[in-house]
This record gives sequence, structure tokens and C-alpha cells, in this order.
Amino acid sequence: MIGIIDYGMGNIGSLRNALTFLGIDSLLSRDPRELSRCQALILPGVGAFPPAMERLNRTGLAAYLREWAGKDLPLMGICLGMQLLMSDSEENGLTPGLDLIAGHVVRLENAPRSIHIGWNTVNPRYANDLIPAKGYAYFVHSYACQPEEAKAILAETTYGSRFASAVQSGNVIGLQFHPEKSQKFGLDILRRFADGVL
Amino acid sequence: MLTRRIIPCLDVMDGQVVKGVNFVNLVREGDPVELAARYSDAGADELVFLDITASVESRPHVVELVSRVAKEVFIPFTIGGGVKTVDDIDRILRAGADKVSINTAALAQPELLTEGAKRFGAQCIVLAMDVKRDGDTWWVYSHGGRKKTARKALPWAVEAVNLGAGEILLTSMDADGTQAGVDLEITRKISTAVNVPVIASGGIGKLVHFKDALLEGKADAVLAASVFHRKTFTIAQVKTYLHEQGIPVRLTGVKA
Repeated sequence: MIGIIDYGMGNIGSLRNALTFLGIDSLLSRDPRELSRCQALILPGVGAFPPAMERLNRTGLAAYLREWAGKDLPLMGICLGMQLLMSDSEENGLTPGLDLIAGHVVRLENAPRSIHIGWNTVNPRYANDLIPAKGYAYFVHSYACQPEEAKAILAETTYGSRFASAVQSGNVIGLQFHPEKSQKFGLDILRRFADGVL
Repeated sequence: MLTRRIIPCLDVMDGQVVKGVNFVNLVREGDPVELAARYSDAGADELVFLDITASVESRPHVVELVSRVAKEVFIPFTIGGGVKTVDDIDRILRAGADKVSINTAALAQPELLTEGAKRFGAQCIVLAMDVKRDGDTWWVYSHGGRKKTARKALPWAVEAVNLGAGEILLTSMDADGTQAGVDLEITRKISTAVNVPVIASGGIGKLVHFKDALLEGKADAVLAASVFHRKTFTIAQVKTYLHEQGIPVRLTGVKA
């Protein structure tokens, strides 16, 4: 069972639909007791960093996720969920994040448009099971992650400048794109993630 | 590299995809989920469903349609037509759509763009605008192109983006239905004036029109309906052509 963290930020139904389509059991919850029954958690998210982090702190989910990752259990952050894994973000003022991967969230540099919207190439930086080959994924964001350690960068994408489109540190994974909206390329990533953890 | 998007548009009435001209001789095209899945498999980058349902009573069908599409189709899709309130936006996004396009309601109450963007993020608020040229001025029309407004296209586009629109879907009424290509002039003017993506629409009839809209019109994406529904071209043909012209498109997964 994969637990999708339901903390009121964004279209989590799409992620659930994608997992269901792939035949992967999932539950939507913000209750640690329910989430603890899962083998892996996904932290989704659409919107701005500060209110999302505020909700995670207020609900106790921030502490729960740190504890979860501290036990080396699998956690995947998607889009804003990926950014929340980092140490901090400069979106609307500096806000501390979950700090599960050392690094910062900064505005996309030299971006031709204010929001990076559309299908862009995801280039894996090294051989890995999750994203074995490059492909196109669907992005919607204005900020991006800058991990402190280059080895945390699983894949890169260029929009104006190069940024980390996927990160990994131990069992904590982050994807800047939306696998649930990236057709076969994205669904394959979700399936491989599930295969690896279930 | 960020690719240019090719977006088929599906007209929906009472929850069914229809094909027709100006509300006459509407033919049931079939199940929206099936058609959407077919376009997605064929390499469409996104889908736009335009709800042309005439009566308010049958609007609930659209929410049902959204939730069915969202269970089977894993590319982004937008719902347009009859979106009037933040609650409408909420219902549609909650059912599984990624974006809503707002046209007449944004003209009547521009604050809807701001409220929508604040609550759901600018990325899911698409401003749809129908424009018509008169001399050197492009005027904005509302109510599906039936009413001329006092707004000029370029300042309205800029204002709408400042208010919160995250994308602009621009349709030239002069070009629409002509199959003679999109209005490159207004597309370029708006595309260079705003810092959000512009989707060019209206007038696509030949392959070269896609290229012109993207290169000369500087559009980020092209939306077309009839050339895809009539099977004048497949998505793969359009993308292969654009690729050969040196325009970045998502070719992976495209069935020839």
C-alpha cells in the first residue's frame, strides 16, 4: 500500500487515479496511524511553499515525515512535494523545509516564461532503476531544487538554465515533474517506484 | 529542451463529444473518455474540452465527464465553457481537471482570475480570449464570440496576466474556420507582451500553419479541432513535420 499524503495542497486525485490505473493499492490520508500501515509514502503538492510547509507543521505531518525518513522508509515528493523535502525555499521569503535533502529551492534562472509549463526532457545523471533512460515529462513550476551535493541529483532538465528535475538521497526521492500527467514515461516511473517498495 | 505543445480541442455537449459547426448539425462523436485516450495515445500533449452545453441544467454532466477522463487519461487537460465562479473552478479541478479556461466570466468579473489564481495557483487558470480585427485594432468578444466588448486584445491580455492568468488561449475569430492559418500578427503581439505561455488557435488547415503559429506567431502551443477530428492529419504527422522543421516537439510515445 502506498500512502498519499492528503494535506489540502493540490490535485491529489490525479495521483491516486494513476496508481489505481496501474493496479497499485493506495490510500489518501493525513492520519499517521493510517499512513503507518503503508510501505511507502508520496508527498504531492501544487501551490506555494510557505502555506504548504505551514500545513505540514501545523498538522504534525512534518515531524511524522522526518521520523519516517529517519527510519529509512521510502518517500517520494512530487512537484511542490519535492521542493518541501529540501532545507529551505526562497519562494515569498525564506521558509525552512523538511530538510530531508540538503539544499535550497530557488526561482528558475533565465526562464523564458514566468512559469515553466509543458513537456521537457528529463536526463538521468547516472544509471538508476527509477529513471533508466531519458524521456519527456510534464512540468508546471516556477521554482526548482538546488541540492548541496551533486550526487543527490538523479536527473536534470534545462529551462533557461539547468535544474534538478529528480533528486534522491537514500530512500527519499523527489520529482519536479508530474509523473501522473506524463503519460507512459511518468506511469512507468510510478510503477518502478511501487515495484521497488511494495 | 521545452517542447512546443500540440493540443486537440474536443467540443462537449451534455457530457458527450460532438462535432458540428455553430451549434447546427451536431453529430455525436462518441465517448469523451475513449476519444481522449485515443488522442493521448496518439501523442497529444494536452487536451482541451470545451463545454458547449446550452442549458445550465445539464452542466453537472461536465463534472462527471472530468472525473471519468481523469481515471483513464494521464496527460494534462483543461475544461472550458460556462466557468463563472470560484466554486465552478473548484468543482472542475477537484473532479480531476488540471486547468480551467475562463472567457466571458473573466471579462464580466476580472477578479475571478485573481481569486482563482490565489486559491488554486496561476498555472491552472487559463484566460481564453476571442478576438476580431477592425483596422489596426483587435477587439475582444464575449459570449462565444457573439458580443463585442469595449476591451482591446493586447491590454486585456496583459491585464489578465497581471490579475492571475497563467496561460492565454487566443482565438482569432477572423481566422477561425477559414483553414487559412492563425492570425500571426495578434498572436505575436500578445506572445511577446506577456510572460506566460500563449496557445494559438483558430484557422489551422495545413501543416505549415502549425509551424507559422509557433515560429512567426511565437506561440508556445497550438490548439486545433477540425483537422484532428476530420483526420486531415494525425498528431504524429504534425509532430514529425515540426520536428523536421527544427521545432522541438515531444516525439517519444507518438504512434506513427
